[in-house]
Amino acid sequence: MTSLFRFHGGVHPPEHKAESNATPIRPAPVPPLLHIALGQSVGNAAQPCVSVGDTVPAGACLGRAEGRISVAVHAPVAGVVRAIAPHPFAHPSGLSVPTLTLEPNGSTATVDPQPLAWQSADPRSVLAHLRDQGVVGLGGAVFPTHLKLGGTGLDTLVVNGAECEPYLTCDDRLMRERAQDIVTGILIAAGLTHARRILVGIEDNKPEALAAMQHAASGSGIDVVAIPTLYPSGGAKQLIRILTGIEVPAGTRSSDLGVQCFNVATLYTLAQALHQGLPVTRRIVTLTGAVAEPGNVEALIGSPIGWLLNTAHAGYCTEYGVIVGGPMMGFTLPDLNAGLTKACNGLIAKSPTLFPPRPPALPCIRCGDCARVCPAELQPMDLFWLAKARQFDRAQAQHLFDCIECGACSYVCPSQIPLVDYYRFAKGELWAADRDKKAADRARQRHLFREHRQARDKAEKAARFAAARPAAVPLASAGGSAEQPPTPTSSDAAKQAAIAAAMARAAAKTTPPSAASAAVEPPPIPSPDEAKRAAIAAAMARAAAKTAPPSAVPAAVEPPPIPSPDEAKRAAIAAAMARAAAKTAAAAVASPPESPTP
Amino acid sequence: MKSAPYLAQSNSVRRVMLTVVAALLPALTVATWFFGIAVWVQVGQAVLACLLFEAAMLRLRGLPLAPFLTDGSAVLTGMLIGVCFPPLGAWWLVWVGSFFAIVVAKQLYGGLGHNVFNPAMVAFAVGIVSFPAQMAGGATVYAPLSNLEQLALIFSHTLPADLGWDALSSATPLNAVKVALSAEVPLPLALFSAGVSGVPNSLVGLAVAYLLGGGVLLWRRVVTWHGPVALILTLSTLASVGWLLSPARFAPPLFHLLTGSVMLGAWFIATDPVTGCTTPRGKLWFGAGVGVLIWAIRSFGSLPDGVAFAVLTLNMMAPLIDRHTQPPVFGRKKKASP
Repeated sequence: MTSLFRFHGGVHPPEHKAESNATPIRPAPVPPLLHIALGQSVGNAAQPCVSVGDTVPAGACLGRAEGRISVAVHAPVAGVVRAIAPHPFAHPSGLSVPTLTLEPNGSTATVDPQPLAWQSADPRSVLAHLRDQGVVGLGGAVFPTHLKLGGTGLDTLVVNGAECEPYLTCDDRLMRERAQDIVTGILIAAGLTHARRILVGIEDNKPEALAAMQHAASGSGIDVVAIPTLYPSGGAKQLIRILTGIEVPAGTRSSDLGVQCFNVATLYTLAQALHQGLPVTRRIVTLTGAVAEPGNVEALIGSPIGWLLNTAHAGYCTEYGVIVGGPMMGFTLPDLNAGLTKACNGLIAKSPTLFPPRPPALPCIRCGDCARVCPAELQPMDLFWLAKARQFDRAQAQHLFDCIECGACSYVCPSQIPLVDYYRFAKGELWAADRDKKAADRARQRHLFREHRQARDKAEKAARFAAARPAAVPLASAGGSAEQPPTPTSSDAAKQAAIAAAMARAAAKTTPPSAASAAVEPPPIPSPDEAKRAAIAAAMARAAAKTAPPSAVPAAVEPPPIPSPDEAKRAAIAAAMARAAAKTAAAAVASPPESPTP
Repeated sequence: MKSAPYLAQSNSVRRVMLTVVAALLPALTVATWFFGIAVWVQVGQAVLACLLFEAAMLRLRGLPLAPFLTDGSAVLTGMLIGVCFPPLGAWWLVWVGSFFAIVVAKQLYGGLGHNVFNPAMVAFAVGIVSFPAQMAGGATVYAPLSNLEQLALIFSHTLPADLGWDALSSATPLNAVKVALSAEVPLPLALFSAGVSGVPNSLVGLAVAYLLGGGVLLWRRVVTWHGPVALILTLSTLASVGWLLSPARFAPPLFHLLTGSVMLGAWFIATDPVTGCTTPRGKLWFGAGVGVLIWAIRSFGSLPDGVAFAVLTLNMMAPLIDRHTQPPVFGRKKKASP
């Protein structure tokens, strides 16, 4: 028996798990269209490796991993690629991201499974295999799993079956029905990391799952532990604390302390990928809330979310929106056409009876209930006052960024203040300030460099003048011919500078096309570095030209620096989130409460 | 709700405030049992006054009455003023007190949640500083007065014909002790069992009633143990040391704990979340500070009781204490536990 530890705080929201955990996992039907976002993990989106119009078999790779933090994306069923274009994504901002639209064609064509004998294979090829099978953390963070299995000599492997979010039962059902596969996955992960100790944490409100897992794990050395039901025990750091007593220090990873945490569903797909050779193309999703037939379905990644909920309740009411994830940390989906992602563990149809509107917020009375329940042991009321007063730097000094946004503070607040909104707002402002500061730093560096360059050019010009003068003076004194321009040498210099500038500009202009023509596959956008370098070269040439009389050189048009598309996107997402958070916060503050209906 | 969490406990400021109001009922009942209806007259008046002043200020500030007037905070302030003002004091005393509590201490500072000082203690301090005679005179409840005679005294300042004014000016136990101690005469120990104004066991009865209310607050998780325990421990420790060193000069610890408004202050005043500390260690310091000041004011000051001024002083220090008692954050503790 493992001795358990406590984490600070926690709450007991109504569980609402009975609605959906009574029935077995149903296979979800195949939708008419699948919208498979190419970015299914933290990090880079996959690079599409099929073209519009291609017919692909089930399990075919649709996009390859791009860079280190990325995983591949696969076709859940056979079908025809209809589009590779931006499509609304399951994200609070409702942003459109590159998405592959697949139209299932009913064919049974399937890519041959590619199992891997992971015990005998080179560890690196195992990790590459996991990457190419699209294995990511299915607990919601969608971190590429192969990156967490890289190191060996792990002390403790923590398996997360806590499922502390109310309403969600997908892990519960998975553990009840497929415990053996999960155990296989656990053993693979333990084998890859050489873990000395394996602890599976399951909240004690899931006795059937506990029993199933204990049965499947018997004799394997895996310790399946019942932990007290207390939200948010399923947070990775909280679960590690409960099971091992270790408090993962802020700013470090648990792996630095020899602990690694995996969700049960992740390990299930890990076993599928290595043992069965099946890529991750579907996941268990809890469909619950205001639907007629709540339950869990095994749904194809990319299934339109609105359509998927319809399978649990034909013509369910979309008026009140859908929560993706759990009610404590999920988000309201802006566009029901978004495709299911690997992160979607639950879809909850909202209704005013299940999720009544929050009573109007009253001022904070500093009762400290929030601090009593905060698992990060912050002082949420202080952070709230600081965020409200826009003292973001002080909020940061009080460890705002240690907030995991679990929502426990918001849940208990007697003044009904949407506290987490304030923290999101403050974080957004701090991120924006950080970006602005970096931009300002860059601008200052550019300015300093420009000043330095101008001074240098001036000095060089003066030196050239000094060198040329002794030659020019005798000419002027000897001549008297009117055709001679008054300062022939300076005009020569100007001409030379103009020529140099033109050549530099031409070189800068021709660089991307020539590089493109040389490459086999033309990159869609010139690499930002190249463009920047060319721009700098052109600017320097122009500067050199400008030191000559202005009439001699036509003003060159500065090519605007091309921002990296990733950067722009990230900035847009962050801005949209900050705006959304600010709006809700502002609405909560601005609209004075009318009646305190509980 | 627009963003997560989409669930919220059905708790409210009103529920918190009304829980505290309910926790005051044992003490009110005991007071009525021992002394008659006077305390209810003061409580009723103070609650009415607080609600009226609150409504007027909300109107002046352009705020809606609906959520704020019914949040229970004005009712609670009124209740506290009612129980800490002299039961037989002139009727207008609590009105003056309520004005300063609600208009000045609460609403001018920004209303609910924004006040720096405990409103009820501001009311008491204004009363004791501005109207010392009236505050002291009405502090003694003379048991033989019937309820009607009490009403007559409060509202028309008249006494039954057979009673002289000097009967009322008899000192409170605290005053009696103070006078006796400063005169270095042996302490009238009979005061203990005699209780307030000769009503047997009234001192102990009231203290126990407030303690019971404190228990309710602890049970309902409206307050934590830190403040009251620190206050009571500090006060009794200091009182014990003083009394053991010089029994003729200092009052015994039990006397400190049972008299005046120490139990009221420990459980209902020093635990006020708005004006107190929020961190656990901060609450300990806050309670301890109040305890020290109560003992110091009672032992060396000229005021009859020190709870109000002790609390107001610590109110000023609360933000500073909070800043220096921030508990360590998860993952940022110096020594990682196992």
